[in-house]
Amino acid sequence: MSSPTTASSVIHDIGYRRYTGPRLGRGYATRSLYVHGLRTAFGLGRSAAAKFFPWGIFGLLVAVAAILVAVQSQVSVLQQRVFEYWQFPTQINVLVLLYCAVAAPELVSRDLRGGVLPLYFSRPLTRLDYPLAKWAALVSAVFLLLLGPELVLFLGTAFSNQSMSAVWDEFGLFGEGLVVSALTAVLFASLALLVSSLAGNRAVAAALTVGLFILTTPVLGVLQGIAHAGYGPDGGMTADGERLSQLSFLVSPFTIVQGIGAWLFGGQGQSFIGPYGPLYLVVTLAVVAASLLLLLLRYRKVAR
Amino acid sequence: MTETLRPPPSGSALITTQFLTKQYGNGVVALADLSIAVQPGIVGLVGANGAGKSTLIKILLGLLPPTRGTVTVLGLDPAAQPQEVRARVGYMPENDCLPPDLSAAEFVTHMARMSGLPKTAARERASEALRHVGLYEERYRQIGGYSTGMKQRVKLAQALVHDPDLLLLDEPTNGLDPAGRDAMLGLIGRIGTEFGISVVVCSHLLGEIERICDSLIAIDGGRLLRADRIENMTEARDILLVEVAEGTPELRDRLRAIGLTVTEEGRGLVVPLQTDQTYDQILGAVAELDLPLHSLEQRRHRVAELFAASAASTHAHPGEAAHV
Repeated sequence: MSSPTTASSVIHDIGYRRYTGPRLGRGYATRSLYVHGLRTAFGLGRSAAAKFFPWGIFGLLVAVAAILVAVQSQVSVLQQRVFEYWQFPTQINVLVLLYCAVAAPELVSRDLRGGVLPLYFSRPLTRLDYPLAKWAALVSAVFLLLLGPELVLFLGTAFSNQSMSAVWDEFGLFGEGLVVSALTAVLFASLALLVSSLAGNRAVAAALTVGLFILTTPVLGVLQGIAHAGYGPDGGMTADGERLSQLSFLVSPFTIVQGIGAWLFGGQGQSFIGPYGPLYLVVTLAVVAASLLLLLLRYRKVAR
Repeated sequence: MTETLRPPPSGSALITTQFLTKQYGNGVVALADLSIAVQPGIVGLVGANGAGKSTLIKILLGLLPPTRGTVTVLGLDPAAQPQEVRARVGYMPENDCLPPDLSAAEFVTHMARMSGLPKTAARERASEALRHVGLYEERYRQIGGYSTGMKQRVKLAQALVHDPDLLLLDEPTNGLDPAGRDAMLGLIGRIGTEFGISVVVCSHLLGEIERICDSLIAIDGGRLLRADRIENMTEARDILLVEVAEGTPELRDRLRAIGLTVTEEGRGLVVPLQTDQTYDQILGAVAELDLPLHSLEQRRHRVAELFAASAASTHAHPGEAAHV
C-alpha cells in the first residue's frame, strides 16, 4: 500500500508503508515497560554518567562481599562465621537506600517532569499497568543489586568448603539471605517509588526518599531512650520498657527488616524483637501494600 | 492478544458524537450536546483556547468518560473499548512530552513497543517514522539538543510509528516559526493524502489549518459553532490591516474606487486579502496619495468572528448531527 513519492522528497524515500505485522496487546506493552524500567535502573541504554551510580554501588557491594569471603577463608580453621547471609542486606542497607533514592526518581520523576505520561496513557497501557511495571522493575533491580554480592558470598564460601554436605548447608543459609534480600527490595522499592512519584524534580525526589528513611532513625532513638529510661527492681529493664524496646524497631524501614531476619533466622540469642516477629512481618507487608495502593491512586489522578 | 490491522469500514464515519456532554466535577461544562459525524480525511478542529478541543480529544481516546451522550471512533466506543481504540489511534499532545536524555530513535522505538509492536518491527517503524518526518540524520542525537521544530517532529513521529488509522494532533504548530509551520502543515497534508491516514488537527488558528483540511469543525464554549466541508467555507480568508498616520478617509475612498472591500476598524482599514495583488494595490494607493504609511499587516480571521453568524442557527438544533 505504498504511495508514489513526490518530487520534493529525498532520494531514499520509498514512500509510506502500512504496518501489517502483529499488534501485541497491553500485556506485551506492560512487560516491555518493565524490561525498559529494569534497564533504566542500571543505566543500560543510557549515558555513561547514568551508569556510574548504580554500577558504583553494585561494585562496592560486591567488593564488600569479596572481602568478607577472603576473611572467612582465613578464619575458617576456627569454625567461626564472619558473616551471615541474612544479615548482609541489613548491614549495607544504607547503600540500598542510596541506590533507591537515585533509581526511583530515574524511573518515575523523569516521566513526570518530561510530561511523557500522556503518551503512555494514550496507548493500550492503563493507569494501573504503568505504575505496576515501574514498581516491579525497581523491586527486581534492588533484588538483583543484593543478589550479586550474596552470590559472591555463597560461591566464594562454597568453593572453599571440602564436603558436599557443607556446600548444601551453605546453600540453605544463602537461601535465608535471599529471603531478607527480597524483603528489603520490596519494602525499600515500594517506599522510594511512592515518594519519588510525588516529585518531578529528580533531586527533590531523591532528597525526599532519603529524608523519609533517615527521619525514622531519631524516632527510633527517642523510643529506645524512653524504653531504657526506667529500670525495674532487679536492675534490668521494666516489662513495659522491654516491650516498647522490642516494638520500637517497627518505625524504621532499616530495623524492621533486621527484626524479621532476626526472628526467622537469628536463633534464640539474636531476637531483639521478642515475640513480635509475626507482627513485624505483617506490618512490613501492610506498609508495602499501602505504598502500592497509594502509588496506584497517584497514577489515577496524575496527568489527567 | 494479537489482532490484525483492519482499515476503517469504508463509507462509515471516522468519528461520531451524539449529544456529547462533558461536565467536570467542579461544574465546568467543557462540552455541551455536541453532535458531529466526521468522514475520513483531514479534519480541522478549531476553537479558542478553552473551547473544549482537548476535552473532546481525551474523550475520543477513552481517557475521560463522557457525562452524557454517545461517541464512536473508528466504529468503536472509546469508553467501552479504550484499548482497542488507542491501539489504532495516534496522539500528539499539545505540551512538551519528550524525555531530553534519550535519542529520538530510542524514544520512538520505545513508544512503538508501548503500542504493541514487536521489538524488531518497533525499531524498523521508528526509523521509518523519523524519516517520514524528516529527522533521519539526527535520530541518534539526544532530544534535549533538538530545536522546537525538531521536537514537534519527534512528537509527530511517535504518534505515527504504529501506523494508526487515525491521528489526533493537538496544536501541532505550537511554538514554530513561519517556515516551521509551513513544513509541519505540509507534512500533515502528506500524511492525510499520501499515507492515507485520517487526521484530526486541533488549532486555534483557523487561517493556518484551513489550507490542508478537507473539513472544519468549529467549537466554542463546548458547543458546535459550525461543521462543514472546507469548500463551503470560502469566506474564511486572510485580511490585511492598513494604518496610515493621516488621510485614512482618502485612502478608504481610493481603495473602494479600485474595487476593494474596505471596512473601517478603529484607526485602520481592513481589506480582505483576495489575490496576490491586493498587497501591491494598497501600497500603490498609499504611494499615489503620498500618505505616511504606519503599518500594513496580514491578520488571520479569528474563529469567533468567522463563526459567530452561524452560531445561533446551530444552537437551535443541537441534536441534529452536523455531517462533514
